[in-house]
Amino acid sequence: MVTMNMNRDEVQQLIQEVLEVYPKKAKKDRAKHLAVNDHSLEQSKKCIVSNRKSLPGVMTIRGCAYAGSRGVVWGPIKDMIHISHGPVGCGQYSRAGRRNYYVGHTGIDTFSEMNFTSDFQERDIVFGGDKKLSKLIEEIEMLFPLNKGITIQSECPIGLIGDDIESVAKKMAAKSNKTIVPVRCEGFRGVSQSLGHHIANDTIRDWVLHKRDGDHSFQGTPYDVAILGDYNIGGDAWASRILFEEMGLRVVAMWSGDGTLPEMELGSKVKLNLVHCYRSINYITRHMEEKYGIPWIEYNLFGPTKIAESLRKIAAHFDDRIKEGAERVIAKYTPLMEAIIAKYRPRLEGKKVMLYVGGLRPRHVVGAYEDLGMDVIGTGYEFVHNDDYDRTIKEVKDSTLLYDDVTAYELEEFVKRLRPDLIGSGIKEKYIFQKMGIPFRQMHSWDYSGPYHGYDGFAIFARDMDMTLNNPSWSKLKAPWLKAA
Amino acid sequence: MAKLRQCAIYGKGGIGKSTTTQNLVAALAEANQKVMIVGCDPKADSTRLILHSKAQTTVMHLAAEAGSVEDLELEDVLQVGFGGVKCVESGGPEPGVGCAGRGVITAINFLEEEGAYEEDLDFVFYDVLGDVVCGGFAMPIRENKAQEIYIVVSGEMMAMYAANNIAKGIVKYANSGGVRLAGLICNSRKVDREDELIEALAARLGTQMIHFVPRDNVVQHAEIRRMTVIEYDPTCNQADEYRALAQKVINNKKLVIPTPLEMDELEDLLMEFGVIEKEDESIIGKSKTAEVA
Repeated sequence: MVTMNMNRDEVQQLIQEVLEVYPKKAKKDRAKHLAVNDHSLEQSKKCIVSNRKSLPGVMTIRGCAYAGSRGVVWGPIKDMIHISHGPVGCGQYSRAGRRNYYVGHTGIDTFSEMNFTSDFQERDIVFGGDKKLSKLIEEIEMLFPLNKGITIQSECPIGLIGDDIESVAKKMAAKSNKTIVPVRCEGFRGVSQSLGHHIANDTIRDWVLHKRDGDHSFQGTPYDVAILGDYNIGGDAWASRILFEEMGLRVVAMWSGDGTLPEMELGSKVKLNLVHCYRSINYITRHMEEKYGIPWIEYNLFGPTKIAESLRKIAAHFDDRIKEGAERVIAKYTPLMEAIIAKYRPRLEGKKVMLYVGGLRPRHVVGAYEDLGMDVIGTGYEFVHNDDYDRTIKEVKDSTLLYDDVTAYELEEFVKRLRPDLIGSGIKEKYIFQKMGIPFRQMHSWDYSGPYHGYDGFAIFARDMDMTLNNPSWSKLKAPWLKAA
Repeated sequence: MAKLRQCAIYGKGGIGKSTTTQNLVAALAEANQKVMIVGCDPKADSTRLILHSKAQTTVMHLAAEAGSVEDLELEDVLQVGFGGVKCVESGGPEPGVGCAGRGVITAINFLEEEGAYEEDLDFVFYDVLGDVVCGGFAMPIRENKAQEIYIVVSGEMMAMYAANNIAKGIVKYANSGGVRLAGLICNSRKVDREDELIEALAARLGTQMIHFVPRDNVVQHAEIRRMTVIEYDPTCNQADEYRALAQKVINNKKLVIPTPLEMDELEDLLMEFGVIEKEDESIIGKSKTAEVA
């Protein structure tokens, strides 16, 4: 089946028509965030603007700096206790809400599903919360002495009243002889969760990474790598790790999905950093390159084409043993992948997909769809910067519609006009588009499925897309009395 | 009973707001008015002359001890001093920690919810921290709180700048909350032609200089004894000045939305009275060596 995709001029025309309803100022602003992909461009800044303050009317799927630190980067470190410092709501409503899987015993060596909060009251705002924070840390040490360390995740009031959480962290760390990390991730800072990622990265640099400087007790091998920026949603990091290990690498650390503080501290000892989510972890990755000379490489384990590409790219950093290992792994899984594609491709061939996700998947999952014969005709991110769009313009087809921090109105209009067969986005979009009669997959949480990474993940990905798209319920949407006689 | 009048006293830090307020309130009490003072300053020194105490235990400190402000009763925080004047201090943190502005908001909300203003009262006076550094210190002039603002001022330049800025703040809340400027109280620093200057400033602001309080050492003598002049030496001239101010406040009907001055206008006024000299534009930004050359 041949799809009738729009050409460049038609997509440009569509953008103009959608922008038409805006007042002049909003139109001028939003026009900068919408673009038609152009492979001839080297840099995305020629066509799209990103990481700007949202306008009223967006679906506000963006998070805040606290979400970026507490929820994304620090939260999955399972053997540390993450204090939501401030009023109770931020911690409670973000508690265990992300599907970052881990193994361990809650309350003993993992604390991810618990909510630790300083539960600010009026008096803490008025008189400051430093004393309460010290007390809370003492209580944590008493009740959960096996924790490896503590992070202090600042909610908005901490920055407003000027609490000195750094001095509390230093004082209490000296007392307990553990790592205590103060994180200034107040929610009002920045335009999205992206600044929270950056702040969290900086705290890893300042409070953790140097802990094993000068300590040579670690028995390294030439094949030691770390997985960075995989948050193990639905077990993604596990499905990735087994491939790296199978090709002969030794994964000595995972950040932060199913991760631990000792693994983070080992960061300075690895030979190569394998970067999954570039946006949320690139800051510390670059720091490790500068300070320790550790090279890094971005990889993509969505779909067999990208998996093979990535495994070979990683193997190229190592000796023949690893290169052969990569080939062995690819060869081993190829028949399995062929079977999956043979089964699902005929059911999905030519289907059009539109994506709107966070910081990585809008480009990373494109290859997996293409392996199934599907076509991504529009994609966009919530909170990335232009270095991500630089990567995106190469990853998606020419003339693909690109939308940054898209508004509810824009996304709905684009969908109405492009009529994709599948939309991949988040929970807030899901029901709107399902009610429009369009199959939908949540691409933040994998719709409670997963993993989607690696070869094992692709099998699940293909099945999920098929069962969503070809679900018989879609044919029942029209009321009987509305059907043509 | 006449309708409760809620007044707030603002003015530059150190101008004598707390002293003036307490002497005024003592004079009102003497004239059989039922008055309450609400101190809105973490220093908590707005009621010491009425209570003869060092610093009253504050709403926020009591709330911190009890757990939360909801755990307090009105009688825990309210004290009665000279002439039956009721006294409350909002309180707040020591300098450098926490949020004093939030303390004011919390304390005033508490007083309202507990019905502190529902009792038989003629006047409530809010004595507010000199610098309105954040929204918390504007709390007394927001909706349903103080309707009359008195600004304590002297003939010194910074005091007048501050008065003009406070007038700007009043304009901001005047339309939504009905707060009005009720007058300038000149607390004399013995500057030349001070009364004329403040009269002129008041006229420009669209208000009045409600009273000129002369400088008199008896105020300090009383203050050392933690007393108001009215109580310490009721027969002295200064006591009569505060009584005169009290009568003017009781009879004050001139409540206006002020017309704050632009910076240039204010400077012109100050120049007219010789408080500042005309700026020489040619020397701005020039170092000493550049000037010599």
